Amino acid sequence: MTQSVIEMTGVSKRFGKLAALNDVSLSLGEGEVLGLMGHNGAGKSTSMKLILGLIRPSSGQLRVFGHDPSGTQANDLRLQLGYLPENVQFYEQLSGFEVLSYFARLKRVNHGIVESLLERVGLSHAMHRRVKTYSKGMRQRLGLAQALIGEPRLMLLDEPTVGLDPMATRDFYAMVDELRDKGVSVILCSHVLPGVERHIDRAAILGQGRMLASGSIEELREVANLPLIVRLRTAHIPEILAERLHPFGVQIRQGGVDRLELAVPTRAKVEVLRNLMADDKILDIDLEPPTLESLYAHFDETVREVSTTESVKMSANTGQEGVTA
Amino acid sequence: MRNLFIVAGKEFRDGLRNRWVLAITLVFGLLAIGLAYFGAAASGQVGFTRVSTTIVSLSSLAVFLIPLIALMLAYDSIVGEDEQGTLLLLLTYPISRIEILAGKFLGHAAILGVSTLVGFGVAGGIIAGFGSVENLGELVAALALFILSAMLLGWAFIGFAYLISVSVAEKSRAAGIALVVWFLFVIVFDLALLGLLVGTGGQVSEGLFHYLLLLNPTDIFRIVNLTFFEAARTQAGLASIGADAAFHPALLLSAMLAWVAAPLALALLIFRRREA
Repeated sequence: MTQSVIEMTGVSKRFGKLAALNDVSLSLGEGEVLGLMGHNGAGKSTSMKLILGLIRPSSGQLRVFGHDPSGTQANDLRLQLGYLPENVQFYEQLSGFEVLSYFARLKRVNHGIVESLLERVGLSHAMHRRVKTYSKGMRQRLGLAQALIGEPRLMLLDEPTVGLDPMATRDFYAMVDELRDKGVSVILCSHVLPGVERHIDRAAILGQGRMLASGSIEELREVANLPLIVRLRTAHIPEILAERLHPFGVQIRQGGVDRLELAVPTRAKVEVLRNLMADDKILDIDLEPPTLESLYAHFDETVREVSTTESVKMSANTGQEGVTA
Repeated sequence: MRNLFIVAGKEFRDGLRNRWVLAITLVFGLLAIGLAYFGAAASGQVGFTRVSTTIVSLSSLAVFLIPLIALMLAYDSIVGEDEQGTLLLLLTYPISRIEILAGKFLGHAAILGVSTLVGFGVAGGIIAGFGSVENLGELVAALALFILSAMLLGWAFIGFAYLISVSVAEKSRAAGIALVVWFLFVIVFDLALLGLLVGTGGQVSEGLFHYLLLLNPTDIFRIVNLTFFEAARTQAGLASIGADAAFHPALLLSAMLAWVAAPLALALLIFRRREA
């Protein structure tokens, strides 16, 4: 295990009577990429603000690079931090270049890097135009460039891909991979991040101020026990297959002419596939493991169901973190 | 310290860019020249009037204008960035809240200071050049005192603007409160004092009354510029009472300085305690 960059233990944050975060524990190692998921009001922004040292926890322990982020070391910590706020906004009257120069000076970085940063996010053509004329995607890219100032060791990116076109999104994820290889720790914060699975080491799902689940995608899949979706192109009528695959707990529904959709329990995956492969009436097979989105929806639903009744603690196989469902 | 000047520099450049500096300078300059030239129009003459008359009429107009300009310039300094979302980002940088606020104040103070100096200074030069000034020394001294006290008055109201700006959550609210503050200090305070004087049949002791005038930076500004011209007293209205007190100009200027420092210090305190 690498050195711990963020260590959050039993942290709660209350604003008056409202409990924005409730007993949340989280850790992030060096060079680790964490996806922090949750709907609006789940506590993502509060967690970010706590890590940034903008607010203090009401209770619990929080250490960033081994220090209290709102303590006396705050300024030194902030030199190593890059933050992209949700819906980032800049000084409209200044050009992209001027905005970035200003922030670079505040971060005690020679503003000679500004041009190369703007080039890196693909804004060099517009750097002398006023931010006022920028599109949403361009603002977002300027925000990213801003977060990259001074080669931070920890990056907090709130809804980083909102407003980015597919190409820019791909470039963004390539950049995240590159940062991870350099040992930079990254938190990606979002309600949904399509296609993010391959780029994160772990996911943490927040709901109503609580940590609902956390772990690698595989661990979450195991805990959630969501079925694998198998799509078939076949001449079979559903009933025949249904009868044959029933012992494995497979559910079948018609997905169009010649198409069937099977919900296969993860543990029966290999056996079901073997069975299907041996069948020459099956022309095509397509597999879809549970996506992060469906995992998120699953954990989110469980908390909604339970929030009215009593909450049940269910332990996950993730080791240090538990899953409240 | 470095951060302070980075923020102040940006604020000042913003002021140049959005033409605040130019606009304020022009307003002040034209006001001074206009009053100097047409000041005697009421008595049937046009042409540059006496320096004392010019300064007295100038200070009685500036006392309305400068606080208004200062409040307009700075009321959204913090709340504006808060609404815009840039404040949150700024706070995650290695810069303290004191540096942010003091830096912005320094920038705004420079905008108003430069405009005051250039606007009234150039006007003074024109008056000296084209008017028939009998005593150039008197003009320079009177104008220097006027410019200095005008700057302090402006800075005091920038301080009020900051206090408002850190205390509210919406820009529109800040604008409303700024207007109320202007109204209270520039108009209501004097009316209330006048009411007190009349209502008590002049029973308020003179000493107390002089000190009451120190409770309002606009009145101090009036007194500073009036005491300079004994002759002008008859036109000075309420503040001429203060002029009798013969407060030393240095004392008056320090009182104004206190009016700059107090709201700013309070604003700093509130801003530091606030959660982002």
